[in-house]
Amino acid sequence: MNFKKKAWKLASLAIGTMLMGSMLAGCGDQAASSDEIVIGSNFELTGNQANYGNACNEGLKLAIKEANDAGGINGKKIKLVEADTKSEAAESVNSATKLISDDKVKVIVGPAVTANVIAESQVATDNKVPVIAPAATNPDVTVENGTVKPFIFRSCFIDPQQGTVMATFAAKDLNAKTAVMYIDSSSDYSKSLGKVFKETFEAAGGKVVMEEAFLAKDQDFKAALTKLKTANADVMFVPAYYEEVGKIVKQARELGITATILGTDGWDDPKVIDIAGADALNNTYFSTHYFEQDEEAKPFIEAYKKEYNKNPNVFAALGYDAGKMLIDALKRAGADDPEALRKAIEGIKDLQVGTAKVTVDKNHNPIKGAVILETRNGERMMKTKIAPEQ
Amino acid sequence: MDFTHLLVQQLINGVSLGSIYALIALGYTMIYGIIKLINFAHGDIYMVGAYIGFFAITQAGMSIVPALLVSMVVTGLLGMVVEKLAYKPLRHAPRISILITAIGVSFFLEYTSMYFVTPTPRTFPAVIDNISFNLGSFVINGQQLMILGITVLLMAILTFIVQKTKTGKAMRAASFDTETAQLMGIDSDRIISLTFCIGSALAAAAGVLVGIYYNTIDPLMGIMPGLKAFVAAVLGGIGILPGAVAGGIILGIIEALVSGFLSSTFRDAAAFAILILVLLVKPSGLFGKNTREKV
Repeated sequence: MNFKKKAWKLASLAIGTMLMGSMLAGCGDQAASSDEIVIGSNFELTGNQANYGNACNEGLKLAIKEANDAGGINGKKIKLVEADTKSEAAESVNSATKLISDDKVKVIVGPAVTANVIAESQVATDNKVPVIAPAATNPDVTVENGTVKPFIFRSCFIDPQQGTVMATFAAKDLNAKTAVMYIDSSSDYSKSLGKVFKETFEAAGGKVVMEEAFLAKDQDFKAALTKLKTANADVMFVPAYYEEVGKIVKQARELGITATILGTDGWDDPKVIDIAGADALNNTYFSTHYFEQDEEAKPFIEAYKKEYNKNPNVFAALGYDAGKMLIDALKRAGADDPEALRKAIEGIKDLQVGTAKVTVDKNHNPIKGAVILETRNGERMMKTKIAPEQ
Repeated sequence: MDFTHLLVQQLINGVSLGSIYALIALGYTMIYGIIKLINFAHGDIYMVGAYIGFFAITQAGMSIVPALLVSMVVTGLLGMVVEKLAYKPLRHAPRISILITAIGVSFFLEYTSMYFVTPTPRTFPAVIDNISFNLGSFVINGQQLMILGITVLLMAILTFIVQKTKTGKAMRAASFDTETAQLMGIDSDRIISLTFCIGSALAAAAGVLVGIYYNTIDPLMGIMPGLKAFVAAVLGGIGILPGAVAGGIILGIIEALVSGFLSSTFRDAAAFAILILVLLVKPSGLFGKNTREKV
């Protein structure tokens, strides 16, 4: 017993000393010199989401380097402090807290994944540090219970917007009059896209004649597809993820469904082609954030290739877009007053970023064009680019 | 398409889906028949079988038949190991302990596989050309016929083994009364081990065939089919081999009809409602008799 007590005392003493040490260290340095603006990057640099986080971070660093090379923000250079969320929501809060209290950053870009951004948003809001999340597409990231979170922004369009884009594409470009939908009823992503698609398509004069549902991880879709086939619609909308999409497209074609099949960025994975087969994917289209053959994104792609010696992926493009939006806002408002900076981000209008022209809407979501890709004989090609009406 | 057309096409869809349930249910029901264990890990054994077949084809460059055999042998051995390590020490423990252990084994297989093969789904190579037959306006797929054929064939072989061979006689004896069988000179441990081997090999065959048919495999692919096969086995009368096949096909047809004529949202609800109904109305299943004869 006695020994245990002693051990406790020693341990608490050690912990206390360590805490004090770290606090002192926190106070000491980091007093940023006034001729630079300190911003934080809070990304999944390690862990199972590191693919997304690192790509975003590289895109962001490229945008900042370009701004600094061009003379900085009104004469001040941008200094980027990087933190790692370790791909965990709880750790994202810690790393954001460190950026805010130790490094005194004026604004944070990141993290990439929705759950991590939502976790971070409270501490950022409390400390009045604006956040731009590059790739979090869930509507709840910027809006909570119907109120807009004042300091949280993003540089990607939200999930439902693709429903608008694909419905517009079906009605205007494909002249479709009737549509059927096949929705993953276990996914909010799929359900919200289906709802928005239906609203927009019917507002444009079309009609959704049948809706069926499946569950993620289903293998056999033939029964519902046989039923959908009887509707004889012009298009079939399948907002889902690639694993199910591949099987649905394959089985639909086997059952003789020849209608155009439409999808969203959940389709954006080469595995779809492996699973469905090149032939089945003819006459299918899906929307996504960015495509490497997009002429509008060419300057960004060239710059990225020069910097990193590889092709940028969609996350790199969105990270770059976040950087561009931030730089625009900093130029107009500076970094000293968080309230002014926040308003400046809200006021972004028709700004040319890496992938498109961006306007921030009242819910802090950028309104930007989505690319629509066609798959023909196993190759993806750009069909068109559609910006939703505001 | 008019109603009759639609009905026939949905019956075709149902039989093809049902023959997959039946194939998995065979192993389920066989293991239950011998040691009265609902082997919840059966769906995961099926997943392991699919992966072994996948690696045999992609890494070792085998064609379908040798890959299928390799997968069945390796998975059969895995089944024996699982039985030896997890179930045998509990042979005299209460039934519930061994049931919970089976759930544990199920999770163990799922997440160990996930560690080694990553959660990313793999695309199964197309080793068999997929021919679609268009009979009038009906579509039947060559692979569907193959799966149905193999299911019926395996059922026949199994029934033969259980009913006509000496080993089968030993199995039935051990199922009837393990201890008395032992007194009569039957090595019950060996018989149980063999049962697991055959049951697991069947699951492996199902895994490889499903991998080929649906094109993808992933570490959690066994959960839902495992549960559905369990429903199929109970529906047909658990422990009865032809019952498993009939139960599987009936379940598949019901699912297809519910999706096709009611709504696809109710499909799984219908499957599990059947389980509840069977347990309420005729717990011994469609083929179940009141005599306690098993297998």
